Amino acid sequence: MSRTDANPSGRLPDAFTTPGTASFVDFLSSYAPELLPGNRALPAGSWAAELSAPHGTTIVALVYEGGVVMAGDRRATMGSMIASRSIEKVFPADEYSAVGIAGTAGLAVELVRLFQLELEHYEKIEGSLLSLDGKANRLATIIRSQLGLALQGLAVVPLFGGYDLDRATGRIFSYDVTGGRYEEHDHHAVGSGSVFARGSLKKRWRPGLDEVGAVAVAVEALMDAADDDSATGGPDAERAIYPVVATVGAGGYRRVPDGDLAAATDGVLAARRAARGGDPR
Amino acid sequence: MPFYVSPEQLMKDRADYARKGISRGRSVVVLQYDEGVLFATENPSRALHKVSEIYDRIAFAAVGKYNEFENLRVAGVRYADLRGYSYDRVDVTARGLANAYAQTLGTVFTTESKPLEVELVVVEVGSEPATDQIYRLSYDGSVADEHGWVVMGGQAERLASVLGDGWHAGMTLRDALALAVRVLGTATDDGGKPRTLEATGLEVGVLDRTRPRRAFRRLTGPALEGLMPGKGGAHAAERSGVADEPGDATPAP
Repeated sequence: MSRTDANPSGRLPDAFTTPGTASFVDFLSSYAPELLPGNRALPAGSWAAELSAPHGTTIVALVYEGGVVMAGDRRATMGSMIASRSIEKVFPADEYSAVGIAGTAGLAVELVRLFQLELEHYEKIEGSLLSLDGKANRLATIIRSQLGLALQGLAVVPLFGGYDLDRATGRIFSYDVTGGRYEEHDHHAVGSGSVFARGSLKKRWRPGLDEVGAVAVAVEALMDAADDDSATGGPDAERAIYPVVATVGAGGYRRVPDGDLAAATDGVLAARRAARGGDPR
Repeated sequence: MPFYVSPEQLMKDRADYARKGISRGRSVVVLQYDEGVLFATENPSRALHKVSEIYDRIAFAAVGKYNEFENLRVAGVRYADLRGYSYDRVDVTARGLANAYAQTLGTVFTTESKPLEVELVVVEVGSEPATDQIYRLSYDGSVADEHGWVVMGGQAERLASVLGDGWHAGMTLRDALALAVRVLGTATDDGGKPRTLEATGLEVGVLDRTRPRRAFRRLTGPALEGLMPGKGGAHAAERSGVADEPGDATPAP
């Protein structure tokens, strides 16, 4: 079945009226497979090493009492150059989940668009939301279809977090390039600065954090990552560029406004100054 | 040996067949209010919908055979999502969708042994009432660009005269719902009495232009109860009383 079967009368092709799947990815793969990101023909050889495309960096996520916080820095790099200082890497996947993506920025943005559409398509056709595990599994399927590109060096590694309406808790899922899906407890980070961010999260996260506290921990983890990883951007007060921080709780996805992030950043800096006792180093 | 049937007779038979099927169903009313478009129908089922979301600003309502319009609804969602994915979300329009439906209904009507026993409305809300689009599609693929309100299904002509008298531009949601409930509950031709419909037996949805991205919202449970005529305090009763007088157009706040 392909687009060549379109009836000259202009009526909707059979693929549209065939009952069955509620998945947009499945529909695309039967009707217009060339539109799927994983289905493009690639030149042979290992050319990806010479290819320079923007690369997104650090994403952190942590669970708090009643939801999950996800945050991503705003830097994209191309080799040693900063490709963008205002890229956004954390997106709402649907009303009750968020997805952040590290890796090749162009592919990542396309995958997020497909994933968002996949969830919305299901919701419209079935009239109900997928379970959080169902959403996490759909994302795994989409990432798995990218394995060819990942082997060429164009990997995309998402972090998925959401509010589980059945269990009334926030949950976090991490992935590898082969589509492996792993549920993380309490907190997790991906991307080039993730080593430093994880260290920071381990020390700062504690059970029973409230939303404001969790946002502050996420901001601090990104600041720690930016301290030691050149590909992660710290908060930029001069240009008013702050990380994208989102909370997902029973009330749905909410992006934390820049004003709150500025306050959280100032709080971290003030605490550190006080801890140094005025020593400027 | 096959008998000769004139094309006129063939088409007439098919049209009669389709009309008969459609007129058996309960009516759907679609009407504009100041902040969007309201859809209402009598439907005791909570799962088998006649009114649904297609895309960000586009919704769909249908009467007739459930399996046939459900199939068209799914096709519409696929059409809209594919278009939005290949171009951009703003490039998905009700006009394009209405054309695709019209071609589908028209081709089935002329080439297949049985026409689709459905009637559809495709609505897109704009940023203001003047830019709202309401398309009504018939079983034979004909399209009408409607303004203000539409009634489909059994008794459509009789309900249309009641709705046409009661509707005016710039109604509030509460007034529009009161009118829709009154229209759906009017007496039937065969000598029945006017009925007062309960919220539990209604399927109500709105395309609300004030919502940021996905404009469609179902009104159910307490939200619908609170908007029903006679509910929500004396103020509501007073407001729905005003709605019965055409010409008293309350402008949007």
